[in-house]
Amino acid sequence: MSIANTLLGLLESGPRHGYDLKRAYDERFSAERPLHYGQVYSTLQRLLRNGLVSEAGVEAGDGPERKRYAITDAGITDIEKWLASPESPSSYLQNTLYTKVVLALLSGRGAAELLDTQRAAHLAKMRELTKRKTGGDLADALICDHALFHLEADLRWLELTAARLDELTERVRI
Amino acid sequence: MTGATETVLEAVELHKSFGETTALHGASVTVRAGEVLAVLGPSGSGKSTLLHCMAGILLPDAGTVSYRGIDLAALAGHRRSALRRDEFGFVFQFGQLVPELSCVENVALPLRLAGQRRKAAERIAREWLARLDVDTVAGKRPGEVSGGQGQRVAVARAMVTRPKVVFADEPTGALDSLNSERVLELLVAAARDTNAAVVLVTHETRVAAFSDRDITVRDGKVRQTEFSR
Repeated sequence: MSIANTLLGLLESGPRHGYDLKRAYDERFSAERPLHYGQVYSTLQRLLRNGLVSEAGVEAGDGPERKRYAITDAGITDIEKWLASPESPSSYLQNTLYTKVVLALLSGRGAAELLDTQRAAHLAKMRELTKRKTGGDLADALICDHALFHLEADLRWLELTAARLDELTERVRI
Repeated sequence: MTGATETVLEAVELHKSFGETTALHGASVTVRAGEVLAVLGPSGSGKSTLLHCMAGILLPDAGTVSYRGIDLAALAGHRRSALRRDEFGFVFQFGQLVPELSCVENVALPLRLAGQRRKAAERIAREWLARLDVDTVAGKRPGEVSGGQGQRVAVARAMVTRPKVVFADEPTGALDSLNSERVLELLVAAARDTNAAVVLVTHETRVAAFSDRDITVRDGKVRQTEFSR
């Protein structure tokens, strides 16, 4: 996920200072892996350099003064373009798993256990997400759904690979 | 799970064949009180046969199924039927509701068969329909309601006798994702409220994710996994 585009998107609703942006980002998109302050400020500096945001005054408070940033017209065009562009489909972790399966077969270890262990771990994660969905709000449910569908796709691949292990073993050992 | 670990149902070394085809080949399963157990496996692996044997619908060729220590095969047919009616609930993929009866009459049916008077049975049935969010279809026939509503009615009927074990065979197999999720949420919540165990047969991992524990049936045998909620 592009942090720069996400911060730009958050600025569309109005000017904010860095701390406020970080809080909004963590709340909506990254509760498990909060952004570092340094990442927020370096991203804002880059956006400023590229003319996608501008400084919009300084907010005085108890602590140090805080600069507010606003999205520019170029920034709005940029975010529109980003939102309209599809993400390139990526292969996630199948590559790693495929490598493990092939290496296991090559070394004569057998890959069924490896696949079963991975399958159990995937299902455990799906349980956790399903439980989280039940108690969460709609935004949380949508995020969990996305993860669940990806895990489900991985699991289908694991099951199909398990069903093809005999054939795969023969081919790998040729 | 509610913390209870009492074994409510136990299948040991089940064998079952249909002519030349072996469906179960030494399958063993334990179901604990109040747990949701997913039974996974590819098509033709024997998972539905396992469910039918565990529920006393089919008798295995060899091996035993005990419900709270009672050997199902040792019971006379009518006693086994009564046990299924009073202690077990069933939800299938489709076709389980009586088309000539209204939804409330369908839900009340197990209570009527157990000897309850119509008024009392239908009052309880309406409570279950409300709990499953389908009280508005009480007077309609199954053919007049949507697939999702029909499955919720089926869940209400399965739960109306407050069974100790609910057997659900691909209960959301014919539903879209959203309806499937809602039906599963309601089924699991109702089971947890009444401390009923659920044996959930499915080939979909998203459905299995609603369980506390899962087993996989492959070539008529059971593989246990120990990833608990």
